Amino acid sequence: MTQQAFYFDGTRCTGCKTCVFACKDKNDLDVGVAYRKVYEVTGGETSKDDNGCATTSCYSYYTSVACNHCDDPACAKVCPTGAMHKDGDTGLVTVDADKCIGCGYCHMACPYNAPKVDREKGHSVKCDGCADLVAKGEKPSCVMACPARALDFGTADDMAKLGEQADSAPLPEKSYTKPNLYIKPSRDAKPAGDASAKVANPLEVK
Amino acid sequence: MIDTNVSRRTFLKTSGALGALAVAGTDAVTADSLFGAGVTVADAEPEEKIVWNHCAINCPGRCAIKMHVKDDEITRVETYSLDSKDMNDIQPRACLRGRAYRAWVNHPDRINYPMKRVEGTKRGEGKYERISWEEAVDTIAKNHKEVMEKYGPEAIYMNYCTGNYGVTARPWFRFLNSTGGYLPFYGNYSLAQLMWITPYIYGSKVGAGSSLNAANDAKLILMFGTSPVETRQGGAVSHHDYVAMREQTQGKIYVIDPRFNDSLSGHSDEWIPINPGTDAALVSAIAHELIKNDQVDLDFLHTYCVGYDEETLPESARGQNKSYHDYIMGTGYDLVEKTPEWAAPITGISADKIRSLAQEIGTTKPMFVDQGWGPQRRSNGEMTGWAICMLPILTGNIGLPGTSNGLREGSYSVNLTSLPDGKNPVKAKISVFSMVDAIDRGSQMTEKADGVTGVDQLPHDIKFVINYAGNCITNQNSDINWVHDVMSDESKCQFVLGSDILMTDSLKYSDIILPDLFRLEQPSMIGTGGDGAYMLAGSEPYAPKFERKSAYDAAALIAKALGKEQEFTEGKSQEDWLKSCYEQSRAKDPQLPTYEEAMEMGVYTRQNPKGAVVVMDKFREDPVANPLDTPSGKIEIYSEDLANYIATHEFKEDDKVAPIPIYAPEWYGVETKDEKYPLQLSGFHYRGRLHSSWGDVDILKELNPQEAWINPADAEKRGIASGDKVRVENEFGKTELLAKVTPRVIPGTVAMAQGAWHDADMSGDRVDKGGCINTLTTHRPSPFAKGNPQHTNICEVKKA
Repeated sequence: MTQQAFYFDGTRCTGCKTCVFACKDKNDLDVGVAYRKVYEVTGGETSKDDNGCATTSCYSYYTSVACNHCDDPACAKVCPTGAMHKDGDTGLVTVDADKCIGCGYCHMACPYNAPKVDREKGHSVKCDGCADLVAKGEKPSCVMACPARALDFGTADDMAKLGEQADSAPLPEKSYTKPNLYIKPSRDAKPAGDASAKVANPLEVK
Repeated sequence: MIDTNVSRRTFLKTSGALGALAVAGTDAVTADSLFGAGVTVADAEPEEKIVWNHCAINCPGRCAIKMHVKDDEITRVETYSLDSKDMNDIQPRACLRGRAYRAWVNHPDRINYPMKRVEGTKRGEGKYERISWEEAVDTIAKNHKEVMEKYGPEAIYMNYCTGNYGVTARPWFRFLNSTGGYLPFYGNYSLAQLMWITPYIYGSKVGAGSSLNAANDAKLILMFGTSPVETRQGGAVSHHDYVAMREQTQGKIYVIDPRFNDSLSGHSDEWIPINPGTDAALVSAIAHELIKNDQVDLDFLHTYCVGYDEETLPESARGQNKSYHDYIMGTGYDLVEKTPEWAAPITGISADKIRSLAQEIGTTKPMFVDQGWGPQRRSNGEMTGWAICMLPILTGNIGLPGTSNGLREGSYSVNLTSLPDGKNPVKAKISVFSMVDAIDRGSQMTEKADGVTGVDQLPHDIKFVINYAGNCITNQNSDINWVHDVMSDESKCQFVLGSDILMTDSLKYSDIILPDLFRLEQPSMIGTGGDGAYMLAGSEPYAPKFERKSAYDAAALIAKALGKEQEFTEGKSQEDWLKSCYEQSRAKDPQLPTYEEAMEMGVYTRQNPKGAVVVMDKFREDPVANPLDTPSGKIEIYSEDLANYIATHEFKEDDKVAPIPIYAPEWYGVETKDEKYPLQLSGFHYRGRLHSSWGDVDILKELNPQEAWINPADAEKRGIASGDKVRVENEFGKTELLAKVTPRVIPGTVAMAQGAWHDADMSGDRVDKGGCINTLTTHRPSPFAKGNPQHTNICEVKKA
């Protein structure tokens, strides 16, 4: 198996969400469902002194995340039917819609909030790494969409040359699921678990 | 009364999808009975074709739109992307909005038929009924004729609009010239103040700065009130170019902005928070330090500029302490020395911080200074825009590698010839921001007080308005509540023709509405650029649906009814014009591909052979051989022309004006906020909309919520938490939206993305539920340009 992985350049991302909308178009996703999400983490303070002069320790950065097609996928582990599975060739984690019973365990287990149960379709849905495009030798829709070119996709070995295995806030520590997401963090990025690093755009990443 | 947009084709497609479910064992009988049996497998799976076209909204991005089209429906939207590691290749990748085109094109409120306002309803109520094209054309022609006969062409007007760009996208100006002329406007809502003042500084031939990649060679980069990644979001304009530059430059970047904008994300050490509208005070204090520390480039100021000190003032200003030096050092004008201590409480930047910034500016070359159009979209915008240019001027950082001139970044572009407008017999012009005034009291508007040009006074009020692909009657105009009162009074404007793709707030003031096509639903071309140049060309994915027509075809029909078809069309279709305009473009730029090649390629790109645009490089090289187009041929720090203009025009008492770039306190600013309205309020450009375009697309709205940014210090006092619904109000109106409590905005200022769709009961309480900032903006124009000061506001915020 040649494990496939995403790369995310936190120094380039500006939080525009073009990746999200390219994905939504490709997968025909309406309001309520997005396979990729862009988290804003903001911390620090901006305040004024008695003279009305401002000082700031504010920091803020974005992280774009879909499914990380983990080496140790929490979603597949808890799936009672084996619907959620790792592809033997690519390592991409996908849902077999015929087997999925829509129980939602995968949704609850995933620390990245990747799978979601689509009640209309009656099964789990999530990023499949654009497996159809990858099979044709192309890259996922989100990667090719980024105006700032902050995303890439390829073998985990190649992506690991570009960045570190994802271990920065707001993501969980990499040890939980061993994500196939490699990140070049921005100067502002805080380590996973940093208590000050709060998600500042909860409405945009539901 | 508006038809939904589910076409027959969409029904068929749905049928196909349900049919597929039948195979999976679900009950498809209902589906067949609903949608009709007999759809063969071959019909349900028609062939897919790829159709190129381009985005056409008010962003120089105009990115590539690659449509997958099946059975007359767009099934997927891609863009132009290369799988390349080279950050500097040119890829006009569409932004999130471009990728959401399907939801917009198939919006349920799409306009499908001509409509007229229901009799007995008022403008603004938004009640319309379907009519025939014939009735629509007759009504428009009848009103045009009446107004033309009774008042003449000065009473006919085409409102500012930014929803449709392309070589043949603006046929209405040509229509109006073909049928007798119209009252034109000058300026625009983007940069009216800066556009007006720049010719006084650099002459009429300099309109922008260096391209962003010129800053690759800079050691210090100052970005005033700008967020290149937000305002032009595409993959081959400033979004990409800024990210690329930041990665490639060795220069230290500072972003001076009331808001920690998205161009700062991940780079917080670059932020200098500033109170809105006070950039000129900051510049003045920096100038003071540069002068005091002998860090100004005197050789440059004496060789390339006039008005820095007594030595280069024009004769008429000598001996009166009228130089810039006199203003800064307190020996002229207001007699106040512009020390960092003076500027600190105004700007919100401490004197120490100003001194350290001045020290960096005085000792670091090359320096690249860039301003967005936010600082100038204010009541003191002309002065502020000019003042920012003083930093490169004082330090001689102009016309050399790694420098700019303080204006917004320029570009290397493909320039295409557009559909010719024809000749307009009307001499008068009004400021673009004056339309509603000119409807309300046009015949009283003068050259001296109101910025009318070409005549001393307008002969008539405006009586006939075309509003095409624009939302600038209300939504994007200022003081919506006042505009409503003027526009809904039918004794003022006789007739409003609206044409658009969706029912916008502005369109509700139309008497007749015509159903338009998206630009990507018709043959089109456009040229543009950022660091690199590109051209986009494409054709229609399907024939026009319902009774929609292109603006060109609609205008041709009305021209025909007025007996002027030949004058308008010259016997050509829109596509004929596209081809003939393109041939003219190719004659000027022979490198361009043929028309057929361009259409086939979809995207044509060209690298700048010089690498980067360095503005005013020729002038710097030899100012005598290559003078600027100013009276002195030099950069004017004191403008004699402007002094004469000030002496001969009327200003309000609180309009602070001068022939040099002073700090002018604002009417609704940091120094004039009061107990009732203690917060400043500034707009910004949002990622999920372009102005109001895409503003009603649900999938974009969901992930780009309309929020008021408020600092925790201001929010806590008012018991406001993130996610609360708040009401923002001032003397002009009230609007409601969600609070985003964040350290990303300076205390004392609220920031709201402009362009949200106005949603108020205008015959009831008029409280806007859409979070539209123009409920709160003033219609008072800026002193010189008579431009829109839409970021100059004060307000109070309460939990709703």
